[in-house]
This record gives sequence, C-alpha cells and structure tokens, in this order.
Amino acid sequence: MTASASEIFARNVPGSTQILGGSTVAVAGCGGLGSNAAVALVRAGVGSLILVDHDVVEASNLNRQHFFQFDIGRGKPDALADHLRAINPEVRLELWRLMLTPHDVPRLFAGADLLIEAFDGADAKRWLIEVWCRCFPGRKVICGSGVSGLGNSEAIAVRRSGNIILCGDEASDPSQGLCAARVGIVANLEANLAIEVLTTEKRHGDDQQP
Amino acid sequence: MVTINNRDRVDWWEGMTVQELLDELGYTYVLITVTVNDALVAEEDYATHLVPDHAEVTVFHLAHGG
Repeated sequence: MTASASEIFARNVPGSTQILGGSTVAVAGCGGLGSNAAVALVRAGVGSLILVDHDVVEASNLNRQHFFQFDIGRGKPDALADHLRAINPEVRLELWRLMLTPHDVPRLFAGADLLIEAFDGADAKRWLIEVWCRCFPGRKVICGSGVSGLGNSEAIAVRRSGNIILCGDEASDPSQGLCAARVGIVANLEANLAIEVLTTEKRHGDDQQP
Repeated sequence: MVTINNRDRVDWWEGMTVQELLDELGYTYVLITVTVNDALVAEEDYATHLVPDHAEVTVFHLAHGG
C-alpha cells in the first residue's frame, strides 16, 4: 500500500506543503551533503529535485551518505532517486550522472528556484558559486563548507551575504576523517536553509501579487 | 572605513581594490569567496574591483564538503 502525499505531509508545518510542493531545488553533488539534504527536502515536501553527481556508491560512503549495501556500484543519482521515491513516489526528479562543469550550469539548473552546493572539493565550490551567481542573479545558493572531524559543534555556523548562504565550520579538512553526525548536521542545515528561503520568498512573492 | 565579516574594520583609502584589502588583512588562504555590499566579486576581478568607502565586505572560507 502506498501512502498519499496528503498522508505523508499531514504533520507538516501549516502552509508549507503547498509552497514546497511547487518548488524545485537543484542539488550539486549526491555525497554526504547532497544525499542527506535531498532526503530532508523530500520529507519536507519539496516537489522537484535536480540531482547531479558523476560518482558511484562505494562501501566507504556508507559511514555518512544516504546509501545502503545494495547500492554499492550504482550511480549515486539513480540510487538516491530510488530512496527518495520510497519516501514520496510523487516527487519529480531530474537525474544527471555527470561531472558538472561551468558550461552545464545554465542548462541543467534553469528550472531551479535555488541551488544546494554539495560538492566535496573546495576549489569546485568556488567556481560553482561564481557561475551560479552570474547565471541566476536573483536566486540563492546554499553552500556547505567544512564538515570534517568529530564534535566541535559550536564551530558550525551559518553566514549570509547577498544570494550566498554558507554553513559549516569553514575550516576542517577531510584528512581529519568524516563522521555521519557532523556531515548530517551541515546537510540538514543546508536543507533547512533551502526550506526557509523557499517558504519566505514565495510567501513574500504571494504578498506582492495584485 | 570598511567592515569585514561584520567584525573587523580597516581604514578606507582612495582606489582600494579587493586584492589590496585582502593583502591588508593578511588573508593568504586561497579558497575564499568575497562579496562587497552583498554582491559577489569573481576571483579574476579582485585586482581591479574597487571597494567603496563604508563597504560591508564578506569573506567566506571554502573548506571541503563530505
């Protein structure tokens, strides 16, 4: 038996389900940040996701990413899509298994209300932020920066400027190792910020309607 | 006067560029993203982008994800 959307989202914050259901979020990277953020977004009721990752699931991903033993060897967007549809079969998903380049950004993400930047590498984060802000000047990008190590919970923060929102400790390095709890906090912070932006902007947009 | 990250303050001078401000602050960390008055400045423009007096500058440090 499959539960309907109205049953799944019965406990949602009043007024949020309709806004989120009509929203599209792009997620660049389906690893520790992107996979966990995507799960939180679908559980919240976001109607459409654009998922991009070139990688396949490896055993060493299972300590923090939303994948399972039976996913090993599968492309991350496809494996993640199955898990997201197992939560809400009605979620609309665009899957791109490719190594994202600056050239792809305007084509793949044109329909997105905002971007969750969930890359591993810090250098790739910079060009993605720059290209996104140039291509979509009115839309927010939410970035994860610094998720490695253990504990150090007070160092995780959110900072904002213009259309950029950045969360994480802005310092840690994966050579320290990665832990599900800490990566998950930042992934869920990214999702929470996306939900905040979508519900705030769309409510505000509705207020502007004649 | 220019404010950085809502915390640090630097006296402004005529013709101040983003790169000069970063040098003044001693920011040597290469992976950063900078906004001036909430507008992103691309890395290739650091040497030419002028910082106005009373600007609010944000320097984000980009560290790895997970």
